[in-house]
Amino acid sequence: MPKKTIKTFHVEWLQVLDERGNCDEELRPPLSDKEIQKLYEWMVLARAFDEKAFKLQREGRLGTYASILGQEAAQVGSAFALQPGDWMFPSYREAGASIVRGLPLKMVFQYWSGDERGSRIPQGQNDFPITIPVGTQIPIATGAAWAAKAKGDKIAVMAYLGDGATSKGDFHEGLNFAGVFSLPVVFLCQNNHWAISVPVSRQTRAETLAQKAIAYGFDGIQVDGNDIFAVYKAAHEALGRARVGQGPTLIECVTYRIGDHTTADDATRYRTEEEVREWREKDPIDRLKRYMGKKGLWDEAYDHKVALESREQVEAAVAEEEAIPPPDPRDIFHYTFAELPEDLKEQMEHLFGSDGRPNP
Amino acid sequence: MAQLTMVQAINLALAQEMERDPRVVVLGEDVGKNGGVFRVTQGLYEKFGDGRVADTPLSESAIVGVSIGMAAYGLRPVAEIQFEGFIYAAMEQLISHASRIRTRSRGRYHCPLVVRVPYGGGIRAPEHHSESNEALFAHTPGLKVVVPSTPYEAKGLLVSAIRDPDPVIFMEPKRVYRALKEEVPEEEYTIPLGQARIATEGKDNTLIAWGAMLQPTLKAAALMGERGIHSEVIDLRTLSPLDTRTIIESVKKTKRAVIVHEAPRTCGLGAELVARINESALLYLEAPVERVTGYDTVMPLPKLEQYYLPNAERVTEAIGRVMRF
Repeated sequence: MPKKTIKTFHVEWLQVLDERGNCDEELRPPLSDKEIQKLYEWMVLARAFDEKAFKLQREGRLGTYASILGQEAAQVGSAFALQPGDWMFPSYREAGASIVRGLPLKMVFQYWSGDERGSRIPQGQNDFPITIPVGTQIPIATGAAWAAKAKGDKIAVMAYLGDGATSKGDFHEGLNFAGVFSLPVVFLCQNNHWAISVPVSRQTRAETLAQKAIAYGFDGIQVDGNDIFAVYKAAHEALGRARVGQGPTLIECVTYRIGDHTTADDATRYRTEEEVREWREKDPIDRLKRYMGKKGLWDEAYDHKVALESREQVEAAVAEEEAIPPPDPRDIFHYTFAELPEDLKEQMEHLFGSDGRPNP
Repeated sequence: MAQLTMVQAINLALAQEMERDPRVVVLGEDVGKNGGVFRVTQGLYEKFGDGRVADTPLSESAIVGVSIGMAAYGLRPVAEIQFEGFIYAAMEQLISHASRIRTRSRGRYHCPLVVRVPYGGGIRAPEHHSESNEALFAHTPGLKVVVPSTPYEAKGLLVSAIRDPDPVIFMEPKRVYRALKEEVPEEEYTIPLGQARIATEGKDNTLIAWGAMLQPTLKAAALMGERGIHSEVIDLRTLSPLDTRTIIESVKKTKRAVIVHEAPRTCGLGAELVARINESALLYLEAPVERVTGYDTVMPLPKLEQYYLPNAERVTEAIGRVMRF
């Protein structure tokens, strides 16, 4: 009996805006001029935040920080497609997406300065705090999607992850669950090419990360992650399908981590400056700027205003954050359980010396 | 009042809580049509349907991870991990997320989740089906650990666990599942978490046990009782948070203590109990506290498990030692 092909697959690549800012108007998502400007402004703000966070860390005013430099389009474009009722599960490199979702800048600074209160996401914003163990947010996001479906809520969930996470067991388990139960969740993978020092070629032999979705029975799409129109379009469509019960999607945004892994890393040890330079030339903000220039949505005066306002917002957030009194040491205990057990009460009392002041 | 096994009592608790609260959902491997490999969830699928009693993929980390997301969203998931030896794949979700989402988010999110897990030896099961790993969970801040010892206890404790706003590891002694029946009220009742109970009062020594070890401990107490030595038996019920007060009050009264657990000795919960007794009742003690435990070895397969598991003889010997000291 001859062998026969019983199934074939394909993986789509989406680019709307090329590196020179040329746009395929047929593919362009229906965004108003104002919305396009808003995308640009969010990206500029995200970058201003990122630059400031890096500087503050170097000055000893912030703890270890994971830069988003170069990934602004992937983060802003995807988060912009979310609706307020949607849920979002970030990894630890999601400052841009979190800001678009409405997390106050001062809270992002507060978290990275080592204060858990920065993770108390404001009521009404359905985002989880950042997740550090790689990929472990994926099954949790899948569970939130299950609950939404069970309750009949017409919302979608977005889980952010990176290329390294696709090697984790939780990636497999979370996507598999989402496929089996056809859950309203979008897995937004930013393939930024590096998991600290390990290139994506050491994560997988597969040519794309998007194709991994096929094994779970749903669509995967690869998009130019530095093209904010492509990211927005893919996310917007996937979220829309999720909200109407058409199940999950994996979106691979091909982008690049321009900065070090974190402020504690030195990427010159494992990659070439030439590679970084090549990706700098694909800068997501410059690309949108070129397009907007052609469309009359951008000029020097506008750019100057956006840059200035972003810097002012960031500076104001730093000042606000640095004025926040330190947390109460009792908070170490207070959130362990809904009610403090006797033993923990006793341990909490040990914090305080005979003078009634907490011992450092 | 009906005489029920622990399996039936847990089943009744699940059915009643699902009836009472539409947010309660059951998920795990084989919990649906099959009713669970121990039949603990039998009949729930038929009664509540696929939407609330879900057979999941064979995927322990996601069973717990997904449950965390469900809990954060507002459901009350009761997840089953089929055997304690398979829960290790889910430890990252338990330790890194379930136990600390309340802390990490400073109270914005919490995780009202129950993970039911049959544990312990004595049923002639294969490797990874007979372990007693409660100390791993008790060592994790933010998790509650509950181990019922009888059918009545199981129902009341499970209801409390399901209603608790924090994650609870509910460890079911599979050796007790069908080994004994007792009267279990159909009516609703709860047993508060964090409170031990005095199973038998006594004045000469304190025996502390939980789960499957309660029966051999009670047997040892009865044997010694015939010889005029009266043990007070504490059924710990909740291993985290610990009811230190009940233990200390008893030890202050009896001045001698024996702790019985089937888990390995080193860093077992017994070590913590000895430390607490030393911290709060050292000068009351007439003898060093004894531990009767499993060994610091891999749990053996069925042909050798009777040598590993503590039994009434080993407990009576330990009682003899603390009395003679």
